[in-house]
Amino acid sequence: MTLLQRPVLVLLLLVTHHLLQCWIAFGSVDEEGQKQEEFNEELLLKPLPDRTVLAHFHFQSSAPPSTSNGRHHHLFPKAISQLVQKFRVKEMELSFTQGRWNYERWGGFDPIASSNAKPPGVELWAVFDVPQHQVDASWKNLTHALSGLFCASINFLESTSTYSAPEWSFPPSSGNLRYGTLPREAVCTENLTPWLKLLPCRDKAGLAVLLDRPSIYRGFYHSQRLHLTSTGSGSKGTDSGIILNQALTVVLQPIQPNGQRASMDHASEKHIQPSWSLSSIFGKQVRGRCVLAKSSKVYLQLDRGLVAELKRIHKENEKSVANGLTSENFWSYPSFELSANPDRIVVEENSLHSKSSSILYNFQVEKYSESEPLDLGLTWKIPVVWLCQSAPLHSSRYLMGSGNERGAIAISLKSTQLREGFMGAFADNERCELRVDVFQVVPWYVKVYFHSLQVFIDQQPKAVSDVIEKIHVSPSKDKVSPGMMEMVLKLPCRVKSAALTIEFDKGFLHIDEYPPDANQGFDIPSAIISFPNFHASMFFLEDGSVNKSPLLSKFQEKSPVMSYTEVLLVPLTTPDFSMPYNVITITCTVFALYFGSLLNVLRRRIAEEERFLKDKATKKTGQLPLLLSKLSAKLRGRPWEPPHSPPSSSFFISSKLVFKVILVAGLAVSWQYYFS
Amino acid sequence: MQKMGKQKNKTASFSFWNWVIASIIFRLILIYFPKNLNLASRPEVSTPLTSFRRLAEGYWLKQLSMSPYAGFSFCFFFFSLCPTFFNFFFILIRQKKEMYLIFLVFGYSGSMYHGSPLLLSLLGPLTVKRIEGQPNHLLYSLVSVIADVVSAILIRATGKNLRLAYLRSLESLDIVQQTKASGEFFKILSPGDAAALIYLWNPFTIVACVGLSTSPIENMAVILCLYGACSRLVPLAAFGWVIATHLSLYPAILIIPVIFLLGCGPDAPPRKLFLQKNNKEEVLSKSKLRLGFSWRPITHFAFWALLWSAYVLVLCGISLKQFGGLWEMFKSTYGFILTVEDLSPNIGVLWYFFAEVFDFFRNFFLIVFHVNILFMIMPLAIRLHHRPCFLAFVYIAIFSMLKSYPSVGDSALYLGLLGWFVNELADIQFSFFLFCGYVGVSLLSPVMHTLWIWRGTGNANFYFATAMVYACLQIILVVEGVSAMLNHDRKLRNLATSKPQDAKS
Repeated sequence: MTLLQRPVLVLLLLVTHHLLQCWIAFGSVDEEGQKQEEFNEELLLKPLPDRTVLAHFHFQSSAPPSTSNGRHHHLFPKAISQLVQKFRVKEMELSFTQGRWNYERWGGFDPIASSNAKPPGVELWAVFDVPQHQVDASWKNLTHALSGLFCASINFLESTSTYSAPEWSFPPSSGNLRYGTLPREAVCTENLTPWLKLLPCRDKAGLAVLLDRPSIYRGFYHSQRLHLTSTGSGSKGTDSGIILNQALTVVLQPIQPNGQRASMDHASEKHIQPSWSLSSIFGKQVRGRCVLAKSSKVYLQLDRGLVAELKRIHKENEKSVANGLTSENFWSYPSFELSANPDRIVVEENSLHSKSSSILYNFQVEKYSESEPLDLGLTWKIPVVWLCQSAPLHSSRYLMGSGNERGAIAISLKSTQLREGFMGAFADNERCELRVDVFQVVPWYVKVYFHSLQVFIDQQPKAVSDVIEKIHVSPSKDKVSPGMMEMVLKLPCRVKSAALTIEFDKGFLHIDEYPPDANQGFDIPSAIISFPNFHASMFFLEDGSVNKSPLLSKFQEKSPVMSYTEVLLVPLTTPDFSMPYNVITITCTVFALYFGSLLNVLRRRIAEEERFLKDKATKKTGQLPLLLSKLSAKLRGRPWEPPHSPPSSSFFISSKLVFKVILVAGLAVSWQYYFS
Repeated sequence: MQKMGKQKNKTASFSFWNWVIASIIFRLILIYFPKNLNLASRPEVSTPLTSFRRLAEGYWLKQLSMSPYAGFSFCFFFFSLCPTFFNFFFILIRQKKEMYLIFLVFGYSGSMYHGSPLLLSLLGPLTVKRIEGQPNHLLYSLVSVIADVVSAILIRATGKNLRLAYLRSLESLDIVQQTKASGEFFKILSPGDAAALIYLWNPFTIVACVGLSTSPIENMAVILCLYGACSRLVPLAAFGWVIATHLSLYPAILIIPVIFLLGCGPDAPPRKLFLQKNNKEEVLSKSKLRLGFSWRPITHFAFWALLWSAYVLVLCGISLKQFGGLWEMFKSTYGFILTVEDLSPNIGVLWYFFAEVFDFFRNFFLIVFHVNILFMIMPLAIRLHHRPCFLAFVYIAIFSMLKSYPSVGDSALYLGLLGWFVNELADIQFSFFLFCGYVGVSLLSPVMHTLWIWRGTGNANFYFATAMVYACLQIILVVEGVSAMLNHDRKLRNLATSKPQDAKS
């Protein structure tokens, strides 16, 4: 009987539950009109000049403003929604990065480089929608929550000595911003798994299937990023929408399939870019979209430099062949071959800063299935050499000086080929100025002397006031807060190189403050160099598809060109970690030596001692009465004469007894008073 | 004979001035060496409290209208090339492209500077003022040199004072002839000259002066206090004491010797001796020596000290009005001294101790080490109350040994003052050993520092060992000094009491 009843009960439960869920869902739809939680997945592939391939996964989940946010969600990760509500996060970005983005080779001007290239380790910044005095508390709680959520030691950002509050040099410039980095955090799959958990299909379906751990961690650069923005009025607490962007950027080296190019001669093989396909770089293929995703697209981007180069090659060919291809036709693979037919071709509107525009081939994943997987591949036919567009100035940072006592940090900015190209028009103008924002955080044990700031332009020392327009300095406080420096530099447009140097002293820490491997050194987090006059954005023709694609609309956002400098490793002197007991005992011995010997010298009285001993031998009175009698004599102002009558000594003995009794009683009373 | 003596004095003083001028020239030569021979960054010279670079940093922050210490300050715009402050907004609007500097500053300020705000306003401008073609910090160095010379002159004057008092007391005890006959005293130059020359030519003083540390100024304040007390200039003594305490806290304990100096006059043999003498020979008039303890100068001193400290506090308050006030100042000067926050190596022993000690015991040991200074005040005061200047010397030696951030400048002070007592301490034990020890440590310590910090071949323990040896040497100096002084008193008493029987005991 019971056995029969149970499935029925379960069925009933399921049905009611489903109904309930439907009702709730419809309710939310009714409330918010047509808005629903959405999920989009996109993948951008881009060949890089140094024979590598950039893969940029972009997943966007959005939750519209709803009263049920934080309690119930269809697609949006509940954990994130609760986090946003609990800590009133307005905007937040968390990135885990391994490797360093190579700004010279992989470019520094496009949206991917300027917003997805992150410093090694963990970087977290958040803007809170709370009153000023609660920001730090919210930050601390947020770091702990994220630390649990992503299996990382983000909780180390809790202490005030690790995070800072930039005022204006960090792009999302607004109050209530906190910024912290952990340069030494090791990033591994244990951080990726919880990140993938936030996706509705995890890595079981859709584009995320490609994220095969061994292949993505084999790459040169790996950065997983989580960026969330809470929209709408957050003041009421519950009714704010959240947009969560998860991006994973990897730079991978395609594995050359053996024997394929055996016929080619070695010279040309050296120059020809490696051919690749999804299966060769990830070891997997896309077998259909994630069913829950609203759109699922793969893009192949040819960047501006590459397009210009291809155009040039094509023109040369045109001269010889002269087959009159239109420019639209030209893009159907003259020098390379795609293994799948693109569904659309999106051409960038000619941008301000460069001669040519980049091209995106769009592939809809919906069309592919288990039986017919998408294995996008690119096969080069002719050797192509091109350069990625880099930021106006290439920035690098290094340490100067030797030894463990002091040193100097130098930030050097060198002009790149880009600036020479497109700034030519402005360069004639004397007033032309290049604005550079520098944001630098230094830990407190690197004691920076801000007055030693020096600026060199084209190797010539310049007065600080000529170059630095605005500076905001918040000096470090020992064990409390890091030093922070925000600067706005105005450099002349013709500048070839500029350098900033600032001296520092290396601090000495308590042995408990050294990390386990103390002799490795300490990290100074990356400085952020941004160029507010230049915007790393791409413009596409107004088109329905562009608006629909979150990735492309992200690319269209106007954001200043930003680059991170290297993390610096500062070796600090270490004390002897095995010595605490020795040091304590030896130092205390020296103090005892001082105290004992000085007291001994003060106490010693040769002549008096002899006389005193004599007195003692003859009169056999106690020591204390003698002292007391001396004291009383002193108090009375009379020269002291040794006591010579037995009655007086007996009087002193009695007073000694009384004194002792009073002393003991006083001690007992005070003991009782303080410890009861 | 007296004439001869005078002549001798004249020649001595002439050669004294020669030596002073020579020392000034020597300092100037060293100052003109490039980068001050890198002395400004030596750990022996510049501690967190006396470092020149930290002073410059504090001044820079102050110029940016930021607190040199800590706390919130207001947002300020600072135009360095602005002609006047009146048309500041005009300029802001009109000449947007002109070259000027906007410093937008607010928020926390750092823990770099831990000195006095007065020093910042007095010496700060000198850290940035440059004369074309001259060394960078010439003006600042000149101030140090002047401070040194003034200190030396004051030491000399005090030494003369002490010598007079000593002679007077010997006369009153009627043992001048014996001491002269015994040939142990007064055969060398007067203690004032000796002390002043020791102070001027001590390598420690020279290094502290050329190394741009603020200790010459601190030392001058201490010496000013002692000079004022010795020559009964109560306001000067109070001023010196207040400034010295304000600059480096530890000279606060000098109030005890100053009170003794003002109350009973300068160093003399124990009063008991005079009383005994008086008992024996009532003829000796009391006009020569005041044996009582007079309270009038002490009340004067208290009044002036209160006045001066109120003055100093008001000045500090004004200069720190926008930066969190006096509480911030106390926290980052006295608090910094007392809690030993900075663990960078110096010639003391506390840095390594507090770098290694378990955090749990930190407060306990902080109390123990500071109480060690305080514990010795009373016994020494009781035993040496008749010799207030020597008492002051012992106190200075003790606190410059046990202070949180000692530097060679502090040692220079007590070594200079040691010259005052050349006659009394003539038969100090281990003097050769001590001399060799000082020379050895001051040679070895930089070597160990280089090995550890610059070469990376040594270890912190090597450097710490030299610091321990240095501490031990200073302990021996203090202990032996006190012992020799007590022995000297004993000898005087023997001479005075047993004169009729045995003159040469």
